[in-house]
This record gives sequence, structure tokens and C-alpha cells, in this order.
Amino acid sequence: MRLPARSGSLAQIRRRLARAASGRAVVVGIPLLWLLLFFLVPFLIVLKISFSTALLAMPPYAPLLEWVGHHIAALRVHLSNYQLLWSDPLYLDSLLYSVRVAAGSTLCCLLLGYPMALAIARAAPARRPLLLMLVILPFWTSFLLRVYAWIGLLKDDGVINNVLRSLHLIHQPIVMINTTFAIYVGIVYSYLPFMVLPLYANLEKHDGALLEAAADLGAHPWRAFWRVTMPLSLPGVMAGFLLVFIPAVGEYVIPSLLGPANQLMIGRVLSTEFFENRDWPVASAVAIVLLLLLLAPIVIFQRYHNRELEAER
Amino acid sequence: MSRPPIRPPIRPRRALLLPLLLALGLAFLYLPIASLIVYSFNASRLVTVWDAVHSPTLKWYGELFHNSQILEAAWLSVRIAVMNATGAVILGTLAGMALSRFGRFGGRALLAALTTAPLVMPEIITGLSLLLLFITFEQLTGWPAQRDAATITLAHISFSISYVAVIVQARLAGSDGSLEEAALDLGARPSVAFRRITLPLIAPALLSGWLLSFTLSWDDVVISQFVAGPGSSTLPMVIFAKVRLGVSPDVNALATLLITLVAAGVLLSTLLLQRRERSRARALALSQEG
Repeated sequence: MRLPARSGSLAQIRRRLARAASGRAVVVGIPLLWLLLFFLVPFLIVLKISFSTALLAMPPYAPLLEWVGHHIAALRVHLSNYQLLWSDPLYLDSLLYSVRVAAGSTLCCLLLGYPMALAIARAAPARRPLLLMLVILPFWTSFLLRVYAWIGLLKDDGVINNVLRSLHLIHQPIVMINTTFAIYVGIVYSYLPFMVLPLYANLEKHDGALLEAAADLGAHPWRAFWRVTMPLSLPGVMAGFLLVFIPAVGEYVIPSLLGPANQLMIGRVLSTEFFENRDWPVASAVAIVLLLLLLAPIVIFQRYHNRELEAER
Repeated sequence: MSRPPIRPPIRPRRALLLPLLLALGLAFLYLPIASLIVYSFNASRLVTVWDAVHSPTLKWYGELFHNSQILEAAWLSVRIAVMNATGAVILGTLAGMALSRFGRFGGRALLAALTTAPLVMPEIITGLSLLLLFITFEQLTGWPAQRDAATITLAHISFSISYVAVIVQARLAGSDGSLEEAALDLGARPSVAFRRITLPLIAPALLSGWLLSFTLSWDDVVISQFVAGPGSSTLPMVIFAKVRLGVSPDVNALATLLITLVAAGVLLSTLLLQRRERSRARALALSQEG
């Protein structure tokens, strides 16, 4: 019997290695190039345009580099867009408002999602997949339509007001639609699965013996929860928090459908600048500021996420 | 120092609080969908005012099938979603394989960062940056001359890759790669080892990655709005334009159809996957006995 591959001249082995290495380069290279081209390079273009000024042309911004004579290029870098963002309170206000609303609704999401994740993790193992499925299922259905459903529930002659009125609990409708409260509801509702899943993934791995030990040592279940379960679940809390908070800051659909018209979240400001005012440079500057603000949370999320994937191996 | 008296161990009693909170949370998740469905059968144009005389009715469903704008948008969305899912599965599998099987390599940190960031990146930033990319392309090369289904698909693939990569990585993490190594040691070429061993191993991940990418694209409105051109309105874009003006009964009917379809699809594929896994486990057990 002949052992293939293993027995071979040095040259053969070297050829095999070279072929494997080039195969690897293709496997790494294709997605890497794609993501560089369609994810990283676009940010650089946004950065470039944020230093430009608006023009009535197509595309509606001035080039940074212009040939003014033979072999003479003029580099025109404008900081005016960033000055505008700093000096006009509209932008700073909506940025702070977005961060506040996102942080608040993420906290609500955590308060609602934690008990749900814990309940699933402590349910009988045979029932967990079904319960988990029930939490994930809405995430598969259209986000837009689920936000839309809340218009029908929250508006002045909507389902909630109608029910309360028919029970004679209220006489005047409670104004809920187009308020900050409605944005809270929309964000908590849409992002709840993103909170429950990482929490469950963490809680499910806890060793039940720890809680038994706590109980044996006389700890009340509440105390055992605060001293054992809660500290161990902090990485899951962190992941869930970031997974909800980061996209919520830039949320556009929820505030457009449910939020107030006089207080805009930053996503709507960006969209208005771009589509209605056709001021691409200012819209780009807003995007860059938002990105810088979210950079630290994104990096922390990446660290955590990659560590989780490594740990599973 | 006096020590607290040792209490008798507390019997783990059937806690009611947690299941109750879970039930409340699930009710919160499903009641809005239920109300959407109920009111799709309401005859009144005022959606939330129940017209007890003429309801339930299927008239909004009938109107849906005569609305050519919605039908065309739906067909465009299906085509984009299929192309997106296929492209994202190919690229995402490559990325996932590289990240979980290749150990350390140059550019690993960059690839890892580029596959994680789109998971949380606000859509409005991604949308704006991709549109500006396409416009810069057009200035430099003349392509794309117009923005249409192709630009939407490219944009969708770019954020769907991450989801597929994560699913594939999670699946590959369950095995250590020794099977592939054995195949390579026995002289199989890498492509053969991939086809005969890795591919069957990650097949469930590819299926769920494909389905997830399909729905991500099928649902996307923000990014599509940026990179779509005139005449290429996807279904979510049409719905968004409609619902910004308020609730409308035909959207309820459409939502009911879409939600039931998706729910049925997800349930079916989960059951299929579970059965497949079970029969695999059985076969494995049998082969070890024999």
C-alpha cells in the first residue's frame, strides 16, 4: 500500500503548500476586498465630502482638488460644515436627544429582556427551543410592518385609546403617537430579540451548581441572583446593550413613523439634509460626527463579539 | 463576631415570577402583530374603528392583487432578495471559514473588524456612504450609469455578509477541523475536502444564512432608499411611503400575508433542520455501536 501525499519529495510538499497558501489567499482575499470596497472606502468618501461645500450641480458638492493652472492643483478643504454643526443648536440638540432616547430605551429593553432570557434559560431543556423560537420569530418578520402596527395601536383613535374609552377609563384620548414615548415603545419592541438572545446565550451556560451552593450556604434566591447570576451575566448584558444602543442612536424608521415632528433624532436630521435640503456635505459631516460618537461602543462590541466566537472553539 | 445562623436550605420552589414576566414579554411581542392581522379583515377604511356590520371581509386582500405598484415592487424585492442571499452566502461563507479555520493570518484583525461592524452600524450611515461610493464610481468609470436593482443588491450583499459569516463561524466552532485535516492528510485536495466534509457540515448554517439574508434584504428600507434610483422602488420603500401618510387597510392585509408567510417558512425550516440533526445524531450513534 502506498501512502499518498505524506510520502513525497520535498519539492512536491513545497508545491502542495504553495497551492494551499494560494487557495487560502483567495478565500481570505475575496471577502476582504469586497468589504474594503463596499464598507471601508465609502466612509473615506463620506469623510472627503464632509470637507467640501454644497453646489447647485450634480453631484451637488465642490471637488476638494481642482486644477487651477498647469500642474498646479488647489486643495480646498472646508471646515464650514463642522462649524455649522457646532454653532447651530439644532444639530447638537438632536444628537443629545438621540443618545438620551437610545440609552433610555436600551435600558427599558434590558429590564424587559433580562427576565425573559432568564426564564428561558431556567425552563425545562425540552421547552427552551420553542420559547427561544417565539422570541426570534418576530425578528424574522418585517421590521417596518411591526413599527407600523404601533401606529394603529397608539394613535388618538387607535386601538389602545378605543379600548380605554369603551371601558370608561378615559374620556379624552391619551396622546401617545408622535411623542418621545412612542419612540421608546418602538425601539424596545423592535430590538427586544437583540437583547434577549445574547443574554440567553450567556445565562444558559451558567453552572446550576453555583446557585445550589449559594442556597446551601443560606442565601435567599434574590441574594443568590444579585451575587452570582447577575455578575456572571455582565458580558451578556454588555453585548445586548451595545447591540441595541448603537443602531438605536441612528434609528430612522421608528422616529419617522412614531416620533414627534418638532424634535428630530439625528438619523432624521441627516436624511432631511440629504434628501430635502440636498446639502450632501452637511449630511456627510453629520454622518462623520455620528460615527465618531459611536466608534468607542462599536470597538467594544467587536472585542466582545470576537472573543465570544473564539471562546466557542 | 457572631455569624448569621445557618438557615435550612431553601427548597427550590416553582418560581412563578419569571414565567409570568416571560409571558408578559411574549404578549408584548405578539399583541401588535395580532391587532394588525385582526384589523386587516375590518371593512372600515378607518382601520382601527371596527365596522361590525360589514366585517370580517377580504376586500383589502382583493384590492392588493389589483394594485400593480405593490405587485411590481414585490417582484423587484424578491429578485433582489434572492440575488442578495446567494451572493451573501458565498462571500459570508468564505469570510466565516477564513476567520474560524485559518488561525492567525495577515489581515485577520481587519477582516474580523469589517465583518462585525456592519452588524451594529446605523443603516442611515451605511446607506449614505454606499450612495456616495456609487456616485464616485460613476464619476470615475461611468458605471453605474443609473441606480437600480443592481446597486441595491450590491448594497444589500455588503451588510448581509456579516450575518452569514457569524452563522458559519458559530457552526464551524462546534467542530475542530480534525476531519478536514484527516482528509488532507489522506491526500484529498483542499477543494475536495471542502466539498465532501466542510460543506455538509455547514449546510444548515448556509440554509439559515441564506434565509436570514433574504429577509434582511426583503425588509430593508433605509439603505434601499439611498441607493435606489427612480423606477426601482422595492416593496418596503412603497410601504414606507404609504404608511408615512398614516394607517391604511391594504397595508394591514399585505402585512398579514407577509407575516404569515415568513412565520410559516421559519417554522418549516426549523422543523426540517431539527429532523435532519436528529437523524444525523441517530446515524452517528448507530455507526459507533456497529
